[in-house]
Amino acid sequence: MAVVTYDIHKNLDLIPVDTKEQFIGTVFSPKEAKLSKDELDQKFSELRGEKNVKPIIYIGAGTCGMAAGAGKALEKITAYLADKNLDADVVRVGCIGLCTSEPMVDVKLPGKSRLSFQQITEDKVDDLMGDIFSSQVSVNKLLGQFQSANEEENWDNLPYMHEHPFFKIQERVVLKNCGISDPVNVDEYIARGGYSGLLKVINNMTREELCNEVEKSGLRGRGGGGFPTGRKWKFALGEESEQKYFICNADEGDPGAFMDRAVIEGDPHKLVEGLAIAAYAIGANKAYVYIRAEYPLAIANLKDAIAQAKEYKLIGNNIYNSGFDLDVIIKVGAGAFVCGEETALIHSIEGKRGMPRPRPPFPAKSGLFQNPTIINNVETLANIPSIVTNGAEWYASMGSETSKGTKVFAVSGKVKRAGLVEIPMGTSLRTVIFDVAGGIEHDKAFKAVQFGGPSGGCIPTQHLDINIDYESLIEVGAMIGSGGMVVMDEDTCMVDVAKFFMGFIQRESCGKCIPCREGTRVMLEILEGMTKGRGADAENQSLERFKGVMNLERLTEVISASSLCGLGQTAPNPIKSAMKYFRDEFEAHIYERRCPAGACTELLTFEIIDDACTGCTICAKKCPTQCIDGEKKGIHIINQEDCISCGACMDVCAFDAIKAY
Amino acid sequence: MVNLEINGKPAKVEEGGLLIDAIREAGYDVPTLCHMKDKTPTGACRMCVVEVEGARGLIPSCSYPVNEGMKVQTHTPKAEQARKTIVELLLSRHPNDCLYCVRSGNCDLQSLAVEYGVREKSFAGKPMGNHIDQSSASITREPDKCVLCGKCVRVCEEDQAVSALDFINRGSETIVGCAFGENLNTSSCINCGQCILVCPTGALSEKSHTKRVMEALYDPDKYVVIQHAPAISVTIAEAFNAKAGTDVTGQLVATLRQMGFDQVFDTSFSADLTIMEEGSELVHRIKNGGKLPMMTSCSPGWIKFVEQFYPDMIDNLSTCKSPQEMMGAIIKSYFAEKNNIPPEKIFSVSVMPCTAKKFESERPELMDAKHNPDLDAVLTTRELADLIKMKGINFEDMPSSEPDLPFGERSSAGKLFGATGGVMEAAIRSAHFLITGEEMVEPEVEAVRGFDGIKRATVKIGDLSLNVAVVSGTNNARDLLDKIRKGEEEIHFMEVMTCHGGCINGGGQIFDLDKDKVVERMGALYKIDKESKVRCSHNNESIQKLYEDYLEKPLSHKSHELLHTSYNKREVLK
Repeated sequence: MAVVTYDIHKNLDLIPVDTKEQFIGTVFSPKEAKLSKDELDQKFSELRGEKNVKPIIYIGAGTCGMAAGAGKALEKITAYLADKNLDADVVRVGCIGLCTSEPMVDVKLPGKSRLSFQQITEDKVDDLMGDIFSSQVSVNKLLGQFQSANEEENWDNLPYMHEHPFFKIQERVVLKNCGISDPVNVDEYIARGGYSGLLKVINNMTREELCNEVEKSGLRGRGGGGFPTGRKWKFALGEESEQKYFICNADEGDPGAFMDRAVIEGDPHKLVEGLAIAAYAIGANKAYVYIRAEYPLAIANLKDAIAQAKEYKLIGNNIYNSGFDLDVIIKVGAGAFVCGEETALIHSIEGKRGMPRPRPPFPAKSGLFQNPTIINNVETLANIPSIVTNGAEWYASMGSETSKGTKVFAVSGKVKRAGLVEIPMGTSLRTVIFDVAGGIEHDKAFKAVQFGGPSGGCIPTQHLDINIDYESLIEVGAMIGSGGMVVMDEDTCMVDVAKFFMGFIQRESCGKCIPCREGTRVMLEILEGMTKGRGADAENQSLERFKGVMNLERLTEVISASSLCGLGQTAPNPIKSAMKYFRDEFEAHIYERRCPAGACTELLTFEIIDDACTGCTICAKKCPTQCIDGEKKGIHIINQEDCISCGACMDVCAFDAIKAY
Repeated sequence: MVNLEINGKPAKVEEGGLLIDAIREAGYDVPTLCHMKDKTPTGACRMCVVEVEGARGLIPSCSYPVNEGMKVQTHTPKAEQARKTIVELLLSRHPNDCLYCVRSGNCDLQSLAVEYGVREKSFAGKPMGNHIDQSSASITREPDKCVLCGKCVRVCEEDQAVSALDFINRGSETIVGCAFGENLNTSSCINCGQCILVCPTGALSEKSHTKRVMEALYDPDKYVVIQHAPAISVTIAEAFNAKAGTDVTGQLVATLRQMGFDQVFDTSFSADLTIMEEGSELVHRIKNGGKLPMMTSCSPGWIKFVEQFYPDMIDNLSTCKSPQEMMGAIIKSYFAEKNNIPPEKIFSVSVMPCTAKKFESERPELMDAKHNPDLDAVLTTRELADLIKMKGINFEDMPSSEPDLPFGERSSAGKLFGATGGVMEAAIRSAHFLITGEEMVEPEVEAVRGFDGIKRATVKIGDLSLNVAVVSGTNNARDLLDKIRKGEEEIHFMEVMTCHGGCINGGGQIFDLDKDKVVERMGALYKIDKESKVRCSHNNESIQKLYEDYLEKPLSHKSHELLHTSYNKREVLK
């Protein structure tokens, strides 16, 4: 993790003098507007939690932290402080990204650098607090210390966070404040340089200049499409219309993707600022954040952030005399995956059923309520304030040839360290999985990574060394998507994985166009047929299964070519890529009726190990089809003809005498 | 103009047009299940996909605008494979009971399966097993046969402003259904049947009354009487390959008689009767400060529309029963008495271009004290055509025959009821006479004719200056009612037909989405009017006699008893 340094003055200098005075005045009351540079520094420093006079305890209370027990830990901390009559500030922060270490508790003692502790569940609180308030550090729970940004003292002989393998190669632009600062404290956001981008833009830059700047930065849509953001904005900028809209797509729905949630929970002001800048760029005075109802904490934090921004006149009418008005509205969606598709999302905001419509016309021409509309996702917009303040060149200096900047990835599955990782585009897949995420859990063998959610594809070992960017992922049959990476080990069955994603797509299809609605159902049924056991081979099932397999290729082609929206067009991807790289595994399921990974239980063959069987008869008694023969105290045998592979015998055997393969 | 190339041949089409139209103009065709002319394309079925040079994937021609220099191939292996696969996918869960299906032989899915040579079930799948919704008096829904083209959803929303149907659930569980998955009878459905007209399969059909009618005809103890609506005679010939707009009143009468109906009456007669009552009601309301605008009550879909969406405006509706119901009422009273037939022996049938008429015939308000309905069965144009075929009647060669009296006599004003504006035109003709005592010199009222959704006119009748509005399509009615509610309109009399264009385009008509044919039907009605001797309802001698013999005068006590009704606020799921 790059060391976070603050140069608030550099940022403030971007703001024109009038506005700067006014801005500081509004933020820190008119009286203090005349603060000297040093006084202002002092103020900002305090807001960032530096040079604190009493201890500050930060707790990672994002959704992941809460799920890991941060709520109870927080209660315990408060109780501890009250009990011991200790004076300390307790701050709820978002998620720093290392989900496997939640609940995380940071402690900043006066004059010392900030320490970060991991897995502090309620039962660990007393020990941790006891130690820290006697100036000791529980090393076994320590994740690291944040290097001090000022003259405050670093702890001796304690590892630094930025040297931790999870953070070491990260470049945090979008996630910069996540897990560090109080998400619903606008003052702190400003103290960390926030909103200076917006003020710079509305007073200093024309809309064209802004669009050009963003285009020059090379930023591409982070929602999956990868369309150059600046160029997209220009489409709407070029439209003549009394009313334009900007929509932030926060309908994050990919299984295994949660970066947008983390950004909104952990740093909602960054989104509000990015959205305001983007709305200014196209001349929209109304912006919507379309967010799924499953994200209650994100919604609450965003609501607070919008209210604070309004109070500071950072949104609203005539923002700092620029003549730019902006109204930001939160629209809570019911959590349909397809509402991530632009036109379906627009329908949903309009109060209609979330179903896509054919394009053209594109939303930039005729979108929300038939007005020019641009839709960007959360991560795209969260990049904007930094691009504006640091410049396009700075952003473009990160990343690969065609894919600039950083990208947040949600690494999950069978890895040692799961969580959110922000790395420059072009980093190798191997680095992310084996260095950042620490490799495969229990040191099993890596098998594949499902990249880009259900619309993406799986990437096997032979492509581990690809550099992650838009183009190279497509080349190997996956896509960057929203950045979900589900890592799978040797125990994972690829047919099973394809079935999982197909089931998801099938349920989430809007049902409008026939190839997607019916085709995904048929594909799912074909996959289910492959993994169904012999017990189900009644009537014509074998024939049906074979027929299905024969038709699979044609189906995938037709569905990709003829579906209405991206959901359908990419629906066959999980099957296509799994079949491309793991054809032998599919064939084993189809022809040999077995699952090499042993994941599809219905296809397993159960056998009794003669040497281990004691003839206790329990397995024969439990077998639902009575297919186990054997005398008491004699060796038992499973009659394979009648076995339905339910595994009941294995479950009850006390002598590990049953094997499955 | 835009230049493009279709299947290697240059083509020139209007800018801003859709690719599918360009393809068809160039003499090729691509199949489609969801495309609707003049409606926003939805691109749902993907059957119309074509290859366009340089485009990624296949392009849906129904929703893609033409571009200069576009090179299009309509029948490549890729496109044809996609189309066939889509048909096969649809069939994988289709009930496959074509032989028993109401749309067998007239089903788009069936035709496509034939065209694309689908000869086996390629993909596994079972019908979803949704229950068949028979709750409605007019419409039967069979969701398992639905291909989710969404046409019904669009007409219900865009043309009728009712939105009784919409998509429910997601993925392969998606169906078209009513709010909360409830049945049609508790929905806001107004029974207009426009959804049936656009349905490509047997997922939506009318509630059949054929069996009832057959049984009555077989029963020697039943005296079976039939009436046919004004729009029937200018439509039904299309079911027997005649060109649209052919009037076959005489053949129709002869056919019905041959089928065994004891009396063949013309609903245009009771349309004349309606004019007498409604015209008098209007004059009465104007003279006595009654509720205005008075709104016509002939169209049962519209009545339900008001009852559920505008209950505050129920009093604006004329209390007159519809012509179908007036005829039903006088058949079982006046006619029965006069001919000494016990009313319970009479089985009264109507042929209507309408599915809502089935619902209307079952309205409790339209039953007598013993809960006997005025009507016993309502056939749609389609049902009658099928019955005629079953009876082995060579319709094309039937000689012309005169209807039975007295209810077979009509003025051409009554006949005009079949098209939007017809009621208004007939009413103006008679109101003129009722108020001034003089006939109109030029009876044709051009301002209320034609296809416009909302037509307005100010009619001078003596000292009276009457603001009238003629509306067809409940979507247009909604617009106007909202303005009336806000007090933005000063209208005295307003005709509303549920379906666009009026009954000639009713939901019970022959399956054909060609709007030109509906225009032809309209033309046929105007032609009949032009050539008629009796062009005003009040000049219908049988009407005059009916009043002399039985009803005394319009709005009399007897009239109120037989010819007027009431309406009630409806609670529906909407």
